[in-house]
Amino acid sequence: MNIMSLTAVELGKKIKAGEITALEAADAAIHQIEKLEDTYHCYVTVDKEGARKRAAEVQKQIDDGTLNSPLAGVPVAIKDNMCTKGMLTTCSSKILGNFYPTYTSEAVLNLEKAGAVIIGKANMDEFAMGSTTETSAYGVTRNPWNKDHVPGGSSGGSCAAVAAWECSYALGSDTGGSIRQPSSFCGVVGIKPTYGTVSRYGLIAYGSSLDQIGPVAKDVTDCATILETIASYDEKDSTSVKRDSYDFTSALVDDVKGMKIGIPSSYFGEGLDPEVKDAVLAAAKTLEEKGAIVEEFELGLVDYAIPAYYVIASAEASSNLARFDGVKYGYRTQDYNGLHNMYKKSRSEGFGAEVKRRIMLGSFVLSSGYYDAYYLKALRTKALIKKEFDKAFEKYDVILGPAAPTTAPELGKSLTDPIKMYLGDIYTISVNLAGLPGISVPCGVDSKGLPIGLQLIGDCFRENKIIRAAYAYEQTQKRRDCPTVQATE
Amino acid sequence: MANIISDETIEYVGILAKLELDGEEKEKAKKDMGSMLDYIDKLNELDTTGVEPMSHVFPVQNVFREDVVRNGDDRENILRNAPEEKDGNFVVPKTVD
Amino acid sequence: MKQYETVIGLEVHVELATKTKIFCSCSTAFGSAPNTHTCPVCTGMPGSLPVLNKQVVEYAMAVGLATNCEITRYGKFDRKNYFYPDNPQNYQISQLYLPICRNGHVDIETEQGKKEIRIHEIHMEEDAGKLVHDEWSDCSLVDFNRSGVPLIEIVSEPDMRSAKEVIAYLEKLRLTIQYLGASDCKLNEGSMRADVNLSVREVGAKEFGTRTEMKNLNSFKAIARAIENETERQIDLIEDGEKVIQETRRWDDNKGYSYAMRSKEDAQDYRYFPEPDLVPIVIDDEWLNRVKDAQPEFRDEKKVRYMEEYKLPEYDADIITLHKKMADIFEKTTELCKNPKKVSNYLMGETMRLLKDKGQEPEDLKFSPENLAKLINLVEQGVINGNTAKDVFAKIFEENVDPEEYVKEHGLKMDNNSDEIRKIVEEVLANNPQSVQDYRNGKEKAIGFLVGQTMKAAKGKANPGIVNQLLKEMLKNE
Repeated sequence: MNIMSLTAVELGKKIKAGEITALEAADAAIHQIEKLEDTYHCYVTVDKEGARKRAAEVQKQIDDGTLNSPLAGVPVAIKDNMCTKGMLTTCSSKILGNFYPTYTSEAVLNLEKAGAVIIGKANMDEFAMGSTTETSAYGVTRNPWNKDHVPGGSSGGSCAAVAAWECSYALGSDTGGSIRQPSSFCGVVGIKPTYGTVSRYGLIAYGSSLDQIGPVAKDVTDCATILETIASYDEKDSTSVKRDSYDFTSALVDDVKGMKIGIPSSYFGEGLDPEVKDAVLAAAKTLEEKGAIVEEFELGLVDYAIPAYYVIASAEASSNLARFDGVKYGYRTQDYNGLHNMYKKSRSEGFGAEVKRRIMLGSFVLSSGYYDAYYLKALRTKALIKKEFDKAFEKYDVILGPAAPTTAPELGKSLTDPIKMYLGDIYTISVNLAGLPGISVPCGVDSKGLPIGLQLIGDCFRENKIIRAAYAYEQTQKRRDCPTVQATE
Repeated sequence: MANIISDETIEYVGILAKLELDGEEKEKAKKDMGSMLDYIDKLNELDTTGVEPMSHVFPVQNVFREDVVRNGDDRENILRNAPEEKDGNFVVPKTVD
Repeated sequence: MKQYETVIGLEVHVELATKTKIFCSCSTAFGSAPNTHTCPVCTGMPGSLPVLNKQVVEYAMAVGLATNCEITRYGKFDRKNYFYPDNPQNYQISQLYLPICRNGHVDIETEQGKKEIRIHEIHMEEDAGKLVHDEWSDCSLVDFNRSGVPLIEIVSEPDMRSAKEVIAYLEKLRLTIQYLGASDCKLNEGSMRADVNLSVREVGAKEFGTRTEMKNLNSFKAIARAIENETERQIDLIEDGEKVIQETRRWDDNKGYSYAMRSKEDAQDYRYFPEPDLVPIVIDDEWLNRVKDAQPEFRDEKKVRYMEEYKLPEYDADIITLHKKMADIFEKTTELCKNPKKVSNYLMGETMRLLKDKGQEPEDLKFSPENLAKLINLVEQGVINGNTAKDVFAKIFEENVDPEEYVKEHGLKMDNNSDEIRKIVEEVLANNPQSVQDYRNGKEKAIGFLVGQTMKAAKGKANPGIVNQLLKEMLKNE
């Protein structure tokens, strides 16, 4: 048996029981990477030596009883936009091609306290801007289910690594769907928690008011367990929320009797791939059969989420990414003539096309004379969208829909028309605007054999409801590992 | 396309964003920004009169730190990634003050 | 020639006296080696996040209350975006839309009497780092020790009409803020900085002229000179039929002129938007009242109290309360020695003289009230005489010595032994027959010289009362 075929919690149990050592687990992940990384390119950085060393330390702590977390000794991949002390952190950008953070992000620290072994840093769209992981400055990541297709994005490296068993689980970040959409494309489970649940300290910001870190794993149990580990109130993050409870695993209950599930009819209109539609509606049916009350309803303003999002996210990004200027860290151009030329050349050479596009757009919508028309308008739209969800959650426990309108597109087909690419985020983006939690769970494959994802959206701080619904649904499905990865066994 | 982005606008935004685009990039940027703005103009369909702009989703407020020094000298780390350093300072091209 | 009037508004930046920076726990201490008070937050490291220092809000509220402002009950921070190397994030966290204080005023004294200067707003923001030009390598060096030091910016309405009014306004602000302990407000060290917005218009005109903003004013003198210079420059432009351009100018005090700080790369479009990394500040009645109750006694109240409680002349009360530090020393010393007039005399006389000699400000005073009180007691108890006290005070002023020990160590106790003094007087009279003669001929002033000679011979320690008495007695006897 390949150790890497186990879920994180299963592996954690075996390590605790002494059946597998942390070092064997790390070696298994490294072995899998050596076998498949050339094909899929899930990582920007793989730290084999560091992982082995860390695994040995963790094993000692497990042996002497100081560590007994369910994730102790389990190998993890971290999306490359989370700072890891002393370990290259690039955001998949040339501009951070030589950046070694001097501190570790809070979410990763929480994992380390629980005995996680970091295998490496996962590839992503540059600065998390993209839906395909094709905007990475370090090469594209391929979808393990079909290497001619993208893994989705921006957490494409994290999701592909989990699907390819190149780690037991991963951390991703989600600003407009960047965990849920690639999870759906790669046939894995991913959660975007309520805004403020996981500290953003050490997460290199894209859209500060939208960014959230979350887990990516093989199943719902893993995700709930990981979320429980990384979630915390953090005094270093002013937007961190003191929650009443950080217990997510007690929601792993196979019971949805009486749960009210709403299906927004606008999520099933034009642009939705019929195969995706069928799979998602079949999942709804399954939940209904298990006792949930499922009904369609009108969720308003769905079409306005994407334009509002691109104004807000781009505006925040234009400011957040101003610090990359060749002065304190990162790339500085070789030849320049004076300060402003140094700024311009370093940034123009250091950033990729999509990042530049969003910085330009963001600078424009904030510039003198346009702020009210664009930025404030978008913030007002956001308020209305939030209200629509508030209304929906007065009636429903969970909102059900697809995670993405299609399965994974082929490589090279998305970037040519940005607006078309942005439209792919239609089901995920409003969740970020409203700060809500969402989960993507596999719910079948299409005729090309590519995975389809079911998205469950909860009211803020109600992760437990979506975890419960997702878990109950998952119990009806046979776990479907990536066939091409299994075939390499 | 309703939004036509002029050379001057792209030039101006380049100054604000500190980005320098070459001829081809500039033309593409003009086109992209124009079509993005056309798309964003969809928001004008919505009547948002009287709606308070929402920057934070949750009513979290008054998050403070006490005024206590907790950080010591961390200069070595702070300068570790500097492209150029001199006598404990970051070095930049001469600024005319 | 037409008659013009100068219209001036001020933007005053004040560094707050907090122990730590506004958004991180780094020290605000001055004078350390470059970048030794820095962390990921104040150097703009990727992934770092700001957390607001509560004391900054309280100081800002206190200054707002003291300047009759409305306190904003629901406030926010905004980002001001511009690229410059002293600004590590390339945005400054400041307040544009909902500043903490608005619509205040302070009264100043002018030759025409009391005048109200309105305050448009006070907002909180972070200071920038320091840029130093390195001649050697023709580069600039960046030190972020000051980056993130808390500032308040006090923006006045264009209510001032002369350099005198500007300085009166600044002195009023400085005194108020010093009384609050919110800042030491030193212009020369940059803990108080004033940018002058100035325009001119014909006397009687309703509309304002086009204004310029003048930066880099490091003293009251520089401010006065810059105002005079800029007024002339603008009038000349108008007289020549040219236009004043709205721009930021930098004052060069050595050369005595200003130049425009313009650049093609400087669009002055700051793209403000609400800071997403910080949450709103909500000030409820309870908090506001707590800060109100903690407000200290300000100068005007203090002055009246000094006159009533301590029976100080108005002149004394006026001067002592002009500096918080002086007032503090006065009150503590008086509490210890119960002799307000004597304390006042030391502060008004010797202290002021020594400060002037050394080119120091009252804020620089280092001696303790305990030692001044002891000194006053030593004189009152007749242990030392006034002359000795003056010398000892100079030592206290400089090194804060304990006067009791100092007097003991140096044997400065007053000589009260009349027999010994009599011997000295005899000698002095014998050695100065001319003065003796003068005195006896009715030239009473001559006794002063003889007293001086006696004190000198007694090494200053003789009890001057006894010396006087013996001299008169012995001059009469013969």
